[in-house]
Amino acid sequence: MNAELDYMLKRAARGLMSRREFVGRASALGITAATANMLLSSAARAQEAVKGGTLRAGMAGGESTNSLDPALAASEVPFMVNMTWGEMLVDVNAKGEIDYRIAEEISANADATEWKFKIRAGVEFHDGKTVTAEDVVATLKRHTDEKSQSGALGIVQGISEMTAEGDMVTLKLASGNADLPFLMADYHLVIQPGGGVDNPAAGIGAGPYKVVANEPGVRHVFERNPNYFDSTMGHADSVEILVINDNTARTAALQAGQVHMINRVDPKIIELLKGAPGISIEHVAGRGHYVFIMHCDKAPFDNKDLRNALKLAINRQEMVDKILGGYGSRGNDFPINAAYPLFDDSIPQREYDAAAAAELYKASGHDGSPIILRTAPGAFPGAVEAAQLFQQSAAAAGIPLEVKVEPDDGYWSNVWNVEPFCASYWGGRPVQDQMYSTAYLSTADWNDTKFKNARFDELLVAARAELDAEKRKGMYSEMANILRDEGGLICPMFNDFVEAKREEVGGWQPDPNGELMNGRALAKCWLNA
Amino acid sequence: MHPILKLVVQRIALGLLLLLAVSLLIFLGTEALPGDVAQAILGQSATPEALANLRESLGLNQPSYVRYFQWLGGILTGDFGVALTNGQDIGQAIGQRLGNTLFLATCAAVISVPLAILLGLVAARYNGRWPDKVISGVTLSTISLPEFVAAYFVIFLLTQVIPIFQPVAMVFPGMSFWDRLQAVALPVIVLVLVVLAHMMRMTRAAILNVMQSAYIETAELKGLSPMRVIWQHAFPNAIAPIVSVVVLNLAYLVVGVVVVEVVFGYNALGQYLVDHVAKRDLPVVQAVGLIFAAVYIGLNILADVIAIVANPRLRHPK
Repeated sequence: MNAELDYMLKRAARGLMSRREFVGRASALGITAATANMLLSSAARAQEAVKGGTLRAGMAGGESTNSLDPALAASEVPFMVNMTWGEMLVDVNAKGEIDYRIAEEISANADATEWKFKIRAGVEFHDGKTVTAEDVVATLKRHTDEKSQSGALGIVQGISEMTAEGDMVTLKLASGNADLPFLMADYHLVIQPGGGVDNPAAGIGAGPYKVVANEPGVRHVFERNPNYFDSTMGHADSVEILVINDNTARTAALQAGQVHMINRVDPKIIELLKGAPGISIEHVAGRGHYVFIMHCDKAPFDNKDLRNALKLAINRQEMVDKILGGYGSRGNDFPINAAYPLFDDSIPQREYDAAAAAELYKASGHDGSPIILRTAPGAFPGAVEAAQLFQQSAAAAGIPLEVKVEPDDGYWSNVWNVEPFCASYWGGRPVQDQMYSTAYLSTADWNDTKFKNARFDELLVAARAELDAEKRKGMYSEMANILRDEGGLICPMFNDFVEAKREEVGGWQPDPNGELMNGRALAKCWLNA
Repeated sequence: MHPILKLVVQRIALGLLLLLAVSLLIFLGTEALPGDVAQAILGQSATPEALANLRESLGLNQPSYVRYFQWLGGILTGDFGVALTNGQDIGQAIGQRLGNTLFLATCAAVISVPLAILLGLVAARYNGRWPDKVISGVTLSTISLPEFVAAYFVIFLLTQVIPIFQPVAMVFPGMSFWDRLQAVALPVIVLVLVVLAHMMRMTRAAILNVMQSAYIETAELKGLSPMRVIWQHAFPNAIAPIVSVVVLNLAYLVVGVVVVEVVFGYNALGQYLVDHVAKRDLPVVQAVGLIFAAVYIGLNILADVIAIVANPRLRHPK
């Protein structure tokens, strides 16, 4: 292999050159695209993990109010903290499949109402105790208790009976759920000794790193767990999360080498940061999406024509370009995209159509008074600007929108789920069932569009217990169509996770499940000397 | 009792009374917020039963005056309680962060106060001439920049263009004094830029005011050098207004620098307070509010006392 190709291959493997750029330059050397791609993937594999050093992440999304209790994690830093010291029964990997962690085998009965998880032998907690089936059951039980205030309460509520016997955990469900293993990968469900009942915030788990210092809102320091069962994680001797909520300071810290990776790169500066030496931008299409939500049970949004007029009056491509800086994809008014298993890509994309919107608006018989759209800077990044773009594109269709900017403080308690039309976001879920059950089932707590549709509910419950993938995909497709045409959700865009890392970071793999390689970046990456 | 001692004791007693009034205001203010602490903890998913249990365990069923005195008693004995959001001991968390706040404020004060006074004296000496115009022009432009703009500018200049400092200024227990100084270098530079002008202008104005007096003319006619006239004759009589503006700026350095803290990720009290306000963690808000009030009142008492001591008319009343 000639020296230039070798050099480019190394740069591409370390993320300093994009795949496309590599293939382009390789073809200039007379190498076909297929060969170039093959070379590249073997170069990425050949990168040997380097042990040692201190790997640091600078992150937005941490507060001094954060706790080590995994049940309470609600923002990005506690999520990453959980994923660094904690271990769940299973993980969902980058391809959307189950990776076995504390569980090493899973089986279900025919109607998916009874699940058995075999616990891996010899896995140790940080305090030296062995992880047992009893610990697993105690953990799940703690999350079912309302007092634990667990973010996973909705997930574990459907489990009617939990038993531990030897190395086997048996979970019986009130109704069948084919996705149960995916739900067990939830980042709140960190297995703790004795379920963490005595001291939920002790920070003792079975993950690749042990907690050394916990200063909420400032930094979290970890050291390698020498007894960790999986040698593909835990390369650096110690890892740190520095909480840097300010965008500029976070970016500057990365450039100055104070941290090795950052989350939440502001779309406005991606192009500038790309040119910085030693820095690469990492982005992956996730399941998170930005939305405008209408309450289907309140005037004027109880009128289906008006709802659909508004859906047609939003310019999705403009939103992706201007709000996400191109790092995202268009939404189609249902909360599912290609990052989900069993996604139906044949559902036609809804386009901006001012004429059709105007016609529907007329048909709705709305009196022409301004429709108030509430937003806040914190509803999602760029929410105020997005609302203004929406106002402009709707005005072109003759629909009068009035943008009302609310303060961030109290937005989630006073506006979201209260006011009939507002901006919001969803982080996405590992499987379709969970996304729909969380926010679109008639009886869901977080049914923030007040969407009630009997056929939709019926399909949701039926699909949950359906083990035939083809049939299930058909049901989800029908549900997506119902929501798209009847629902109160305007989903203009799915946002990518846009992150940045320094060139010395090795082992980076894009993961659509969550920020920073689904919270495992510190555990899976290493520092090239 | 010496009249000056009496005055000082009076001031301190008044200050304590004021602090007590502030504590009552803080308590009543947080009481007046809609919903109670139990509701704030449990959030929207609260069931009536869980609310009742939590109210019982937090002692919220007692009348508010009982709770006020319990709270006050706790604080006087050094017990601030625990944060509702993460159960950490408030006293411990505040202790560390207050230390960081004071460290940053001290560093900034040690540089900015002598520098501001010196520049003020020089500006007064060359009143209306180019050194005065340069000093006033530069300091007034730095104070006119919003803090975060100054901070971003300093970050850009000193971490990217000339990479000699680190942009994130967190300090941790176990860091050496030298490391700490290095960590806070950038926020200190920003704070100096922000507070310099106010103190400098006040020094200059106070000196120029005194310079109008007849005795200064006498000193000049004796043939003393202008700098000597300012330093030995004018400055002692201008101390009172200078001290009060210096102290005002010191108080600002302690209680008002949350923006700078956020930009540099500096883990001090302001950031801690803002985080807990956002989560309605009232015990923390009350405790930090009281500490800020105490700092403010304490520094103002100090300014009063210095002004009294520095004023011969108050020192030797007829």
